[in-house]
Formats: sequence, structure tokens, C-alpha cells
Amino acid sequence: MNQAFASHAPQASAAISIQGLHKWYGDFHVLDGIELQIKSGEIVVICGPSGSGKSTLIRCLNLLEDFQKGAVVINGTPLTRGAACVAKVRRQVGMVFQQFNLFPHMTVLDNLMLGPRLVSKLNEAQARALAYEYLERVRIREQAQKFPGQLSGGQQQRVAIARALCMRPRIMLFDEPTSALDPEMVKEVLDVMGELAHDGITMLCVTHEMGFARRVADRIIFMVEGRIIEQARPDDFFDNPRHPRAREFLSQILDH
Amino acid sequence: MYKDHIVKARATDNATFMGTVAVVVFVVTVIAGLGESGLARLMGPILLDLKAPLARDIAVAGTFTVTLVLNLFILGRFPLRAQIVTVWCELLVLFLLFFDTFNLSYSFIATKVGFMITQGVFTTVYVSAISIAIAFVLALLGATARLSANGFAIAIASFYTSFFRGVPLLIQIYLIYLGIPQLGYVVGAVPAGILALSLCYGAYMTEIFRAGISSISRGQWEASRAIGLNPFQTMTRVILPQSMRLIIPPTGNQFISMLKDSSLVSVIGVWELMFLARTQGRAEFRHLEMLITAAVLYWLLSIVLETVQARLEKHFNRAHR
Repeated sequence: MNQAFASHAPQASAAISIQGLHKWYGDFHVLDGIELQIKSGEIVVICGPSGSGKSTLIRCLNLLEDFQKGAVVINGTPLTRGAACVAKVRRQVGMVFQQFNLFPHMTVLDNLMLGPRLVSKLNEAQARALAYEYLERVRIREQAQKFPGQLSGGQQQRVAIARALCMRPRIMLFDEPTSALDPEMVKEVLDVMGELAHDGITMLCVTHEMGFARRVADRIIFMVEGRIIEQARPDDFFDNPRHPRAREFLSQILDH
Repeated sequence: MYKDHIVKARATDNATFMGTVAVVVFVVTVIAGLGESGLARLMGPILLDLKAPLARDIAVAGTFTVTLVLNLFILGRFPLRAQIVTVWCELLVLFLLFFDTFNLSYSFIATKVGFMITQGVFTTVYVSAISIAIAFVLALLGATARLSANGFAIAIASFYTSFFRGVPLLIQIYLIYLGIPQLGYVVGAVPAGILALSLCYGAYMTEIFRAGISSISRGQWEASRAIGLNPFQTMTRVILPQSMRLIIPPTGNQFISMLKDSSLVSVIGVWELMFLARTQGRAEFRHLEMLITAAVLYWLLSIVLETVQARLEKHFNRAHR
């Protein structure tokens, strides 16, 4: 493990703190003792071969997946299975999915207003103003009255990001946000994410976009078989990967 | 079906095909011996001079065959929509001619049809409408219970669907009408009928709702949770509105089928359409008149429902154009 990050102990300013996290699917050990501290405002990219538990790890943080052992603390709140605690954590954590998961029966505007209206209890006008503010941010204001099915993949993913941001989360989780997109649409989504990184929001992002990781991330985490086997600053990770598995992974993903 | 773009020669222009059709139809009609049938009476003028039975059979069969083949040949040239409309009209005319051979008393129908509509159709429609509304709620509760993580709820819901799907509706109607008074409550025929219909159809619709809800992808549940919606909000705002698209077509079928099954409550003396059809003609032995009138009224009601169903489907499909 890289020395610079070995000393990351649990601390008050940690946005996410994960200790001894284990998860099994039957006999399959998906997450094998994950230890991870993420500071408030930090941008962390998680990469690794498929099946290494990257998505499962971030899905445990808002309890979309359950885990059997270990502790997760989000902004000082220990994650329990109680409804109130889970609701509190989910309000603070926004999530963007590989398959967008927009609500297809609602217009873009209604997709954005649903959470603010029902969860944040804003009134109609406030929710609408908030929705338009974030649609503006992801540069898609003119599509407000369309249904998701009428938008391109890149536009849908930007709407999904805006929908998550409308809840004003302090942490954003991205689960392979560009993997389902046509190549020419990847950039528009990464650009939006890059701008978000400057706003001081904490970001945890599973992605194979190594250019994005190098430009935007404060730290790269490399996972294999449910374990974090290397974490480093982007320059260190890309120029001087220590672990043989990381070298192998980078050569496969960069030289094609 | 998804149409291919291959161009085929019209079957109705194919001499061998049309010849085969003609021969088969001719042989079958000759064997059926239609010389003295209602069809022969329709063709009266042609057959006036023929006395020998076989000659009459052959003449009727021949006329029928020629008309049919000519009809096919001409219709084959029509565009699709015109074909559909024309064939519909032709079948309707044949249907009416068929009923006409019963020697019905139209004046008798005319005197009774008003009462059959104001009393019979009205009762049928309101019994069915209330029942389908209750069945809808039962189905929603049943499906939610079946899909819940609560053992009691699952057991109650599956017991309910198992019993009411497994027992004939007619028996359920008797059981409710005759059984509930044993508990000390006297129920009228109409409430008993409504109760039986809603319980029975609620059970069928539980399965429809369950399938509709299960078909929504996990991503929709996850996205709802991730933005913080509670389970009730997730269900009512995200899952059910999407399931409706899949639930509406089979529910429309259920409603049409309930409209007709509501005729079963006539056995406990509810004055709905079927009850009147059986009783109004009795005094003058005009059973067939009343049954045919009821049949036509049921059919018209179903057509109205089919139209409403098509509208609803369009509405819930609007995001999927």
C-alpha cells in the first residue's frame, strides 16, 4: 500500500469511513475486508478488473446492497439498518447509475422535481426553480418537457446527474456512469462530472475512463477480488504502478 | 406480427388456389345438402323451377360457391383497411340474415327493449362497475401482499387467490348469498352479487398486478431509494404508474369478461340484463327474441369497453412512443 495513504486514520472531516467491510454472495467473497477513508471534498476513482467488487462497494454505502461485516460511517453517521438512519444517509448521498434509471413515465422536469417535492418537502415553485437550476448546470434546460426515451444516452445520463444533485447531496457516487454510452457521448458526461469536482462535493466514482481519472481524481483506488490492493495519486498510479496486477490492468486498458 | 418486406403474388389471383377453394366449398355444400335450408329461401327466384332435391342442392351450392369466390377475388384487390371494413360488414349482414331465419317478432323486441336497457343494462353496468372498482383495490392489496416480505400477508393473499380462482363463480355467488345470512347478516341480492364478483375478479387481477409490478426493473426501485423515496412513495409514484401500462390491457379483458359473468348473479334474482332476458319472454314464449336482444346489448357494451381500453392504453403508453 502506498505510504502517503497508509496513515489515513478515521477523522472528523472524513466524508466516508469504511472499516473491515465484508460481503458474501453465498460462498463468493465479494468484498474482503475493505478499509477506506475519504475526506470531505475528495475525488476518488475506483478501478479494477470486472468482478472485483467496485460497484458492490459503492452500493453498500447507501445500503442498496447489504453487507455482512464491518462498519460504514457517512458524514459522521454510522450506517445502521434502521429506516430513519438509512433515510438520512440516502438524503446525503446522491447516486448515478450505469443504466441511468430515469423514470420513463415522467418528463425530465418531473424526474428532477420528484425527490425535492416528496423528500425535501419543497413547494412546487421551489422544486421547479431547483430543477431548472441543475438542468442549466448540466446544459440541458431546453429538454425539460421531454420524456427520457426521447433523449440520447448522454443527455439521459446528464439528467440523471441533475436528478441526484437536486437532493443537494454532500457525497456523489457514480457507478460506471459512461459504460452504457456511445463513445461520442462519453465526453459530455465526463465534462459535467469534471465541473462538479470543482464544487467541493465529495465524489466516489467507479469508471474505466482513465483519462478522466488522471485529470480529475485526487486518488485512485485499485481493487482486485474484493480487496483494495493499491491506492495512489493519479500520477503515481499511472506512471509507476507498484502491484503487478495494477501494471497488468493498466497495460490492458491503455494499450488497445 | 412483424411484417416482412417480401412481395408475394396475391393468393386470390392464383387460379389453382381459387379453383381448389371453389371445388372444396362446392363439394362440402353439396354434401351438406342445403336445398331446403334458409340459404335456399334467400335464393328463392333461382330455385323456383327446380323440384328434384339433388338439383336444388347443386344449384344452391353452385350459387353459394360462385358468390364466395367472386367475393374473394374482388376483396383481394382492396387495400387492407377496406378489406377489414368490408369483411366486417359482410359478416354482420350474414349474422343478421341468420337471425332473420328465426322468424323473430321484432314488434315484441321493440316493446321490451326499452325496459331491458333502463333496468337490465343499467343494473349490469353498475354492478360490474362497482365490482371492478372493488376488485381493483383488492388486486392492488393482494399483489402488494404477495410481493411483501411479511409471512402473514403472503399467506392471506395466496390463500385468497387460490380459493377464489379455484372455485366456480356460480358456487361463490350461492355461498355468499346463502352463507352470509348464517352469520346473522341478511344481505340483499345486489350486494351479494357485487361481493362475489369483486372477490372473484380481485383474485384474478391480483395475479395480473403482481406480474405487472414484478416486471419493473430493479433499477427503478434503486433509483427511487437513492433519491430517498420511502417504500410507499416508490410504489405509488414510480412503480405502479409504470406497471399500469402492462396492467391495463389484461384488466380491460377482465372487465369485459366480468360484464358477461355478471349474468351469473341473475340466479339470485338480481334484475340485470340476463335475468330480464330469461323472464321477459316467458309469458309469450318469446325466449329467443329476448336472448338475442340481450346478446346484442352485451356485445355493444363490450365494444364500448374495448374503445375505452384502447384510449387508456394510449394514455399510459405516451412516454413510450
